Amino acid sequence: MHHSITRSTSESRIAAVMAIILVAALAAAPWWGSTAELRLIGEFMIYLSLASLWNLLAGYAGLISVGQQAYVGFGGYMLFTCAIYLGLNPLLAIPVAGVLGALVSIPVAFLVFRLNGAYFAIGTWVVAEVFRLGFAQISSLGGGSGTSLPIKVMKAMAGSKWMREAMIFETALLLGIGTVLAIYLLLRSRIGIGLTAIRDSQIASASLGVRVERIKLVTYVAVAGMTAMVGALIFITKLRITPDAAFSVNEWTAFVIFIVVIGGIGTIEGPIIGTIVFFVLREYMADLGSVYLMILGAMAIAIMLVAPKGIWGYVRERFNLSFFPVGYRVKLDTEKALKPTDTPGGT
Amino acid sequence: MAFLSLKNLEKRYGALVVTDGFSLDVDQGEILGILGPNGAGKTTLFNLITGTVKPDGGAIEFAGDDISGLDAASRCQQGISRSFQVPHPFVGMSVFENVLVGSTFGRQSHGPEEQALRVLELTGLKQKSNVLAGSLSLLERKRLEMARALATAPELLLLDEIAGGLTDSECKSLLAAIQDVHDSGVTIIWIEHVVHALLSVATRLVVVDFGRTIADGKPADVMQDEQVKSVYLGVDEDV
Repeated sequence: MHHSITRSTSESRIAAVMAIILVAALAAAPWWGSTAELRLIGEFMIYLSLASLWNLLAGYAGLISVGQQAYVGFGGYMLFTCAIYLGLNPLLAIPVAGVLGALVSIPVAFLVFRLNGAYFAIGTWVVAEVFRLGFAQISSLGGGSGTSLPIKVMKAMAGSKWMREAMIFETALLLGIGTVLAIYLLLRSRIGIGLTAIRDSQIASASLGVRVERIKLVTYVAVAGMTAMVGALIFITKLRITPDAAFSVNEWTAFVIFIVVIGGIGTIEGPIIGTIVFFVLREYMADLGSVYLMILGAMAIAIMLVAPKGIWGYVRERFNLSFFPVGYRVKLDTEKALKPTDTPGGT
Repeated sequence: MAFLSLKNLEKRYGALVVTDGFSLDVDQGEILGILGPNGAGKTTLFNLITGTVKPDGGAIEFAGDDISGLDAASRCQQGISRSFQVPHPFVGMSVFENVLVGSTFGRQSHGPEEQALRVLELTGLKQKSNVLAGSLSLLERKRLEMARALATAPELLLLDEIAGGLTDSECKSLLAAIQDVHDSGVTIIWIEHVVHALLSVATRLVVVDFGRTIADGKPADVMQDEQVKSVYLGVDEDV
């Protein structure tokens, strides 16, 4: 065959090298960063992970959920349960929370998948509220006023404060970078081609043999499991959990949607850029209180009007860039390309 | 036994009855042309055959199996594929990737990349491989519809108005491509308003109106039918 197919771009190879250097530098942060810096980067990774996961769900599978806080909170509560009542090391409880989150999302999926579009969105929110009210009833986990992670549980994780901070930081880094990498590899796989097709047209995908409903279900369950892991990590860093904090639609869904929408939905780069923008805004404007939230809202509206595909969508169209190439490029035989008979007839 | 057999299909949208007890048998190797005025239920017929919409009654048999209960993806994997009258390209994917979806998830999945390239060559879209489907012209989008459908390696191909707006030479190359596909053993059902294009390849012609068959037979005979002439009287033929 005279053609070969490539799946990388020159900028993607440069970006990969730079990303490896950046991740290595970040992984060494416990040795060069202050506690405050570690916390900030860790929180960045948490939002990067949540945003990338929501983007996979909404931007690719077309499942606009406003109830992902159900899995953040569920993961947090599972962590507290495992650590307090089963004596599990909190870091080991994270994957356990992930598996449990994925399992609980299956019956939830059977409920909410009966709904479409806006009804699906509202349905997921209602489910999250049911989770919140449900956990508020469990008195052994502190009921409505919540509970704290005992000092001895944290001490069992690691002896020194520095060691604990370093371990939590590295876990956050692993989850943040791991989520982006996993999504990149997923989108390059066979399922990824199907998911990208579903993003653009569900009706055409189904008619070409893509099992739309099955792929959507698998995506929903996997995203729920990953979200529960992030939720577990969040509440290790907070040391305290209450139903309102665990199932906060504002913190775990509204901010995440803001990040994805301004960054660029349906791209891998979008949530990364959105998270950076979100943290820059927050660092400089969080002191403004509710004015800060109004600025976020105004900015989201402005970007929707000027660049409906988000910042990355705008940049990509202008400069034809792709740092995470999930697509294919066919190298065309230039000699053949010059033959007029080979050019398509769409004149 | 018929390759595709539609038995008393019914479809209603509220009070609007699109097809009411529609039956049709298609034999393997046919190029069946379907003619009918706008709103005659032709596209609904395709939606029913491919599983895009569910019938309110009746049954569909394909290659001896009752496929009435299968969804669209399963029917595609059984060997039924279609183009959409209003193209549904994957706008954020390249032309090659669009076709790759079909060759990856369709009936054959070994060597999907080679299969996609083969189809692009056959349909004359190869030089557009790396172009985003969203930036294609309408004609190219229609061509892409056919390419994607072919990439699934169908045994039965349903084409929904793909010849409209083509120049004479484009139409000739389209007809040659359809003939090639047919020669490779694919049964074709083609809905088309461009009657001369349809007549030049169809081995059988069916005329439908209000969800009923009003003529069925050899193309030349059907075109002489008095009822067919009256249905088409007053209907503009865009030439």
